[in-house]
Amino acid sequence: MSLLRNAAVLLGKELRTEFRSRELLATTIVFILIVLVLFSFTFDPTSDESRRLAPGLLWLAFLFASSLMLQPCFLREQHNDTLSALRLSVSDPFAIFLAKLAANTFFLLLAELLLLPLFSVMYNVPVLPVLHWLLLVFFLASLGISIAGTALSAISAQARMRELLLPLLMLPLLTPILVASTEVTKALFDREPFVKWQGIGFLAVFDVVFLTALWLFGEYLLEE
Amino acid sequence: MTPPAFSPVGLRFENIDKRYGGLLALRKVSLSIAPGECVVLAGRNGSGKTTLLRIAARLVRPSKGTLIFSGDSTGGEVDALRPGFVAHSIMVYDELTAEENLLLFARLQAIARPENRVGALLQEVGLSERRASLVRTFSRGMRQRVAIARALLHEPAVLLLDEPATGLDPQGTTWLAEAIRGLRDSGRTILMSLHGESDISSLGTRAIRLDAGSVVADTRTGATFRSILTFADA
Repeated sequence: MSLLRNAAVLLGKELRTEFRSRELLATTIVFILIVLVLFSFTFDPTSDESRRLAPGLLWLAFLFASSLMLQPCFLREQHNDTLSALRLSVSDPFAIFLAKLAANTFFLLLAELLLLPLFSVMYNVPVLPVLHWLLLVFFLASLGISIAGTALSAISAQARMRELLLPLLMLPLLTPILVASTEVTKALFDREPFVKWQGIGFLAVFDVVFLTALWLFGEYLLEE
Repeated sequence: MTPPAFSPVGLRFENIDKRYGGLLALRKVSLSIAPGECVVLAGRNGSGKTTLLRIAARLVRPSKGTLIFSGDSTGGEVDALRPGFVAHSIMVYDELTAEENLLLFARLQAIARPENRVGALLQEVGLSERRASLVRTFSRGMRQRVAIARALLHEPAVLLLDEPATGLDPQGTTWLAEAIRGLRDSGRTILMSLHGESDISSLGTRAIRLDAGSVVADTRTGATFRSILTFADA
């Protein structure tokens, strides 16, 4: 119970500080927006072309934006050595990860949902009929990105060249998520939409495996 | 300051080594600190003071050796004990207010009635009127007061202070010395690293000098005590 209570207290802190500064959310939204707008200039998509290309483009934009968003996750805990204060205060260090990955998932999901209508209009892809399935894919993929990204952010924050290290570690590791979420989204944008359960299952398994690994080994990532 | 709500606790470092890659930061450090002692750690930059304090705070795992907290009356190990730790950095969030910071850490430590405890501590460190101000708007002295209040939230029996007077003006140093005097007199065991002689070092009942990761001097007496603090030959 103390794990969940600590995680909830820390999640409250993460949300409060972000909504006070709005730095991460604003940066992420603007980045995704720029990528979507720039790509819309590079080709003039027919409806069929959009259905084929847009899902990959959308997930690439989400993935690159998430590497921006996850970068400060542990870096800003180093500013006043607040990570040490957290480690001294919580009974289980996993609570720190749990709060951060929950906050990251929430912010990433929020950015994705805010930009989805714009994406639908710009790329001429109807999303309303499959919105509930899209929400499921967005959630599972965002959770996976946040779990792996939060762990890697803890590692890279202690390294030299930390700003470069996170994307270098994160993007290859998250390639399976990119492929699976793109495939599922492509099937949902088809003229006759269908649910690709294999992809959804893969995303769920990825989340469970990485969350378990983080629970087992996360403590070592925080050690000095 | 806060009346004692703890049993006196001592610390014992047994053959502690700490290695960072090829650098041996501490070598075979063995020290026994009695409950209620106020120990000043002296030594040049890089001598291992901070590493020793962070090991005592359990933030750093020693490469070799053990750290034992022992109760005064029983002599038994107290594994669940959490020392209060004040580091170089203030260890609180700039983007939260003084009150929000203390409430956050009080709730994480499952302190009963956190609002009352935080209110009392803010009063003790003289920040009641600025409780709703963001920490980033505070002076160095005020930031240090928040840091000390955070370290005292759970009424620790052991207090670890890593160069607590760094960056403080004379007024701030005087306040800090009085605060540490109150904590010492309440029976807490205090281990603090300092540079040179000051109002704060005069509170120490024992001085230990570290050099290149080893204990090179350890005394409780006047002249040697001073020489340890001033890095003169002991």
